[in-house]
Amino acid sequence: MRSFAQASSTGFRWDWVGNNLDDIWDRTLEHMLLTLIAIGAGLVISLALSLVSLRWRPLYQPVTWVTGVMYTIPSLALFAFLVPITGLTITTAEIGLISYTLLILIRNIVTGIDEVPQDVIESAVGMGYTRRRRFIEIELPLALPVIVTGIRLATVTVIGLVTVTSLIGLGGLGFFILRGLQNFSSPIGTTQIIVGTALSIVLAVVVDLSLAGVERLLTPWKRRKVGV
Amino acid sequence: MELASEVIAWFVDPVNWQGIDGIPNRVWEHVQMTAFSTAAAALLSIPLGVWLAHRRIGGVVVVAIVNIGRAIPSFAIVAISLPISIRLGLGLGFWPTLLALLFLAVPPMFANAYAGIAGVDPALVEAARGMGLKERQVMTGIELPVALPIVLAGVRIATVQVIATATLGALVAWGGLGRYIIDGFSTQNMAEVFAGGLLVALLAVVAELLFSALEKRATPVGIQYDEPIGIPK
Repeated sequence: MRSFAQASSTGFRWDWVGNNLDDIWDRTLEHMLLTLIAIGAGLVISLALSLVSLRWRPLYQPVTWVTGVMYTIPSLALFAFLVPITGLTITTAEIGLISYTLLILIRNIVTGIDEVPQDVIESAVGMGYTRRRRFIEIELPLALPVIVTGIRLATVTVIGLVTVTSLIGLGGLGFFILRGLQNFSSPIGTTQIIVGTALSIVLAVVVDLSLAGVERLLTPWKRRKVGV
Repeated sequence: MELASEVIAWFVDPVNWQGIDGIPNRVWEHVQMTAFSTAAAALLSIPLGVWLAHRRIGGVVVVAIVNIGRAIPSFAIVAISLPISIRLGLGLGFWPTLLALLFLAVPPMFANAYAGIAGVDPALVEAARGMGLKERQVMTGIELPVALPIVLAGVRIATVQVIATATLGALVAWGGLGRYIIDGFSTQNMAEVFAGGLLVALLAVVAELLFSALEKRATPVGIQYDEPIGIPK
């Protein structure tokens, strides 16, 4: 135990960071790519399931129930189910990551659409909007803030979970965290853990703020000051 | 369906029901660690959250805690706890796992306790004060019972997250159900991996259902709110 304490008290190894910049950049890109695929696919699936739930209301509860169970299952357990079937592949990682986006996204899409004021919808109906046009041109834009909130939540969640996929041979920045755990008795190990953790937090915060910016751009009417 | 029969074979193998690496012991370890870390985190965070919300102190800090809590991967929390635990002279296994789980369980419980109390109808609190209740009575007699379902939701979210993350304790040489998954991966025993996943998932779902039922019972008739959800781990 003593030797561990001495070894790990030598501090952060900037030289390791300097020597591994290429690797760190590659893993950051991998992290972003894994996240992007999960959010993209998750959005498509969630939009489809939300549309079905909005059209046939009784289906909403079973949909949230099933996605809720998927959400409750620990990520490592989910990977444990998938690895024997789909192996140590990106498919395994993505099935797991996507399944955690569904509950958040579906809830926010359905809630967002539900919260569109009734008088706005009635005006649209009175103006002769078809159901499809009303959905695309009225309901979806008005629900956007709630939907983007869901996307932000799902994205931050997925960025965290990507680190766990290091256990199935991927991991993005989680790769460094796992490496660090394996080298835990050396200062380089501690450095790897800190680098992996810090960069994935930075990634989450940057992406979250960027999405908040996108939301502002997409909803110009919310910025208009009342009475000016 | 070779896997299914292998998993069944794993479950009926008497070897997997005995000793340190047996199912009863691993489940017990997992439950014990979850109960201990969640209870300790609850004692640290709920009274503080309730009191701060009652005094209306620190709303911004609560939001910050929740946001930071979301952005830190639980895997990273477990990993960071290892060098910290070693530096504190606490070693491998139990302590780094406990430290990580404590750190993980505090934000959802603190945030829900705060949000629950802060969200109590001000008219209700005014009425209680008008009737001459002391501040302490207002807090424990009015605010806490009304906010109880939300406070309990925080406990549920934290517990499910702790059960999930305790699995990663196997990476810092602790036991629990994660052992089956991690050891199964390294020995290429996929039946063991799958069985471990099944046990953890079952535990998480049971905890979720148990606490949901508790919340329903604690909800006064007529009070409804949107069920808050946690972060999957």
